[in-house]
Amino acid sequence: MTAQPVPIVRMDDITVEFSGVLALDRVHFDAYPGEVHVLLGENGAGKSTIMKVLAGVNTRYSGSIVYKGEAIVARSVLEQRERGVSIIFQEMNLLKNLTVAENMFLGRQPVTAFGGIDWNRMFADARRLLDSINSDISERALVSTLSVGQMQMVEIAKAISFDSDIIIMDEPTSALTEKEVDSLFAIIAQLKAKKVAIVYISHRLEEILKIGDRITVFRDGKYIETVDAKGATVDTLIKLMVGRDLSEQYPKVHCEPGENILEVRHLNQGNLLRDISFHVRHGEIVGFYGLMGSGRTETMRAIFGADPYDSGEILIKGIPTTIKSCEDAKNQGLALLTEDRKNQGLILSFSVKENIVLANLNNVMTGFGISRASERRICTSLSDSMRIKTPSLDQKVKNLSGGNQQKVVIAKWLNSDSDIVIFDEPTRGIDVGAKVEIYKIMNRLKQEGKGVIMVSSELPETLGVADRIYVMHEGRITKCFDNPEGLTEGDVMKYTTGTAVDPESCAQVAP
Amino acid sequence: MKAKKIDMSNLTPVLVLVALCILMSVLSPVFSSRANLVNILQQVTVNAIIALGISVVIFTGGIDLSVGSVLAISGIVMGKLIVGMGVTPIVAILVAIIIGAICGTLNGILISRFKLQPMIATLGMMSIARGAALTLANGKTITGYPASFRWIGSGRIAEIPVQIIIMLILYTIMWYVLKYRKFGRYIYSIGGNEEATRLSGINVDRTKTLAYTVCGVMASLAGIVLVAKLNSAQSIAGEGYELDAIASSVIGGASLLGGSGSVWGTLLGAIIMGVIRNGLNLMNVSSYLQKLIIGVIIIAAVLLDSFRNRKRA
Repeated sequence: MTAQPVPIVRMDDITVEFSGVLALDRVHFDAYPGEVHVLLGENGAGKSTIMKVLAGVNTRYSGSIVYKGEAIVARSVLEQRERGVSIIFQEMNLLKNLTVAENMFLGRQPVTAFGGIDWNRMFADARRLLDSINSDISERALVSTLSVGQMQMVEIAKAISFDSDIIIMDEPTSALTEKEVDSLFAIIAQLKAKKVAIVYISHRLEEILKIGDRITVFRDGKYIETVDAKGATVDTLIKLMVGRDLSEQYPKVHCEPGENILEVRHLNQGNLLRDISFHVRHGEIVGFYGLMGSGRTETMRAIFGADPYDSGEILIKGIPTTIKSCEDAKNQGLALLTEDRKNQGLILSFSVKENIVLANLNNVMTGFGISRASERRICTSLSDSMRIKTPSLDQKVKNLSGGNQQKVVIAKWLNSDSDIVIFDEPTRGIDVGAKVEIYKIMNRLKQEGKGVIMVSSELPETLGVADRIYVMHEGRITKCFDNPEGLTEGDVMKYTTGTAVDPESCAQVAP
Repeated sequence: MKAKKIDMSNLTPVLVLVALCILMSVLSPVFSSRANLVNILQQVTVNAIIALGISVVIFTGGIDLSVGSVLAISGIVMGKLIVGMGVTPIVAILVAIIIGAICGTLNGILISRFKLQPMIATLGMMSIARGAALTLANGKTITGYPASFRWIGSGRIAEIPVQIIIMLILYTIMWYVLKYRKFGRYIYSIGGNEEATRLSGINVDRTKTLAYTVCGVMASLAGIVLVAKLNSAQSIAGEGYELDAIASSVIGGASLLGGSGSVWGTLLGAIIMGVIRNGLNLMNVSSYLQKLIIGVIIIAAVLLDSFRNRKRA
């Protein structure tokens, strides 16, 4: 990094307090024009918090911000945006019933001489912006019809349109396909050339090392260190983040799988799922790998009764069953941990305790009704064993960090004593330390003889954790790997794009 | 970790009520007399019972506009049975409750199974039940009930009016159900996040339907109390009561988005409305002007709540 004399922004001694808890403790951050500055840290380390301060979202802070050599106070999003700070949130902030173009120009639509909205110009401007990031999303499409990845691209195009000096990207790639990630990186290179500073928050260490110039590490709300990306390694970064050596990124335990616990035969659902057949045995982790939209999530939702399927058979412990609702599925011993924990996994207004017991209130019922004492007892032991970081069990889950929220969802299903546990993207947006803990929980379930399914978009994780892997492409299973050991990414990738298909490998092995 | 933080949001209705009572006592010496205070409580029972039912629906994130009409049809059918056919009051009361339950359940099925918007489904039911009441009564008022029945509206047990006791019993039961039964937990859970609740393997349709059933039953119970108080059943009874009930719930701290609120808050909300009405009467404010003032107060209460939420966020 050639040292530029003046940073665009320099933040010192920033402190933020949330209901008595220090979210940030006198931290420091700066950004220079034309650099990609990565913010790294575990969940709850305060990365998003400091960026929300800079973007004017979180206005209750103390400390100093010097912007382009001038001391400022970040009072509102609007003000900060005018100064040149744009933020792309981790949670999407798009209005689903409006078109892509309307979202991009919300509140600043071009107007005609008569004062009405100049639709032609708006659509044309939107097209130009989308073209500039090589996106083929239609500017006239309703946002509700887009995939999560496409929405992310719209957010990025929108941020670019503000001509900002700093663009903050909070986990921009967590929902993108490989192709989209590539074009995002190309965009970042363009922005760098225009002397824009990019603040990049991500948990994907390989990616960070690829595009970052400098890396600042936070831990537990404190500033740890800023290092040059050149010369840094995955191991050194992990050590900085968690403050200790992480012995194994993918801890694996071996057990002898038993009989089939779940068998799915010829499952069909409209155009989304075609002839899906697979099985899961007692004591194994089965990985489902594929690109976004390949039908992995749809398969799991159909099995769990969340969406109806057209035809097919589901056998649980060898017995054919019909599952018409999530209630049926739960009663049959299934659990589904959805990929979207905020909208589908948690009651955000409920406390940690209330969320954990929700799926199995029978566990805490006495003759009088729900027993607060057994609620507390069960939740205390689950939250201790899962190491959920929360000031108290009565804390509302919306105040928890992403990783801790995910642990609450897992605790909820552990409490329901399911035999077949489906994890859909369990580690998305979660830091390395918490990831390993989640793998360990899956291993524990496996050792207890349960059937575990893990849907994942990360190949290293799938290869490292699963005992068997099904690959999906466009609603079909294209390949089953019975032994992932020694597999390379290339071996798997060709089946995700449909360039190779091997349906024979998916035939039933004798249980 | 025994110490519990006092949640300000639960306290606001209490503070408002205390402030109102002090203000009213200053403005009118009659206000704080024991007779007047009991009078206020007696005046709020009908609204408070309806508001209790509507609160359960509001906690799920729904709304029920049909309560006033359900109150009327229950009252008319009961009146016809008692006065016209000489049926024992207890049987007639049960029939009235069943009618309330049927209306509520129909609302619930339309909303949960057939995915109608609560506003639309219950607006339809509002007209259906009102039409049925008008047709059955043919515009006539049904009066002349036995004293045993009128006791519900005018009797006293140990100096306490029976209708107030009924109201308090219903509130206590509902408080227990919402706090200690699965049904109650699911009500708030659905209001908080319906999809996440469904994906937790909870029968959302059944719970929602039951919430509307409860609301219908409460409306019919309110209808029974009203008929007993007035010694008459009218097909136009209860018009506009849904608004008072919704207002009580919201003043008591419930969010129309669902997921928050408490029955005691609703009771306080109903009493606050009663105190305001009573105070305005004591000050000889015309009923036309009262309507206007009540409207302003409802808006003020909701604004206060939204400011508070914004501050907290």
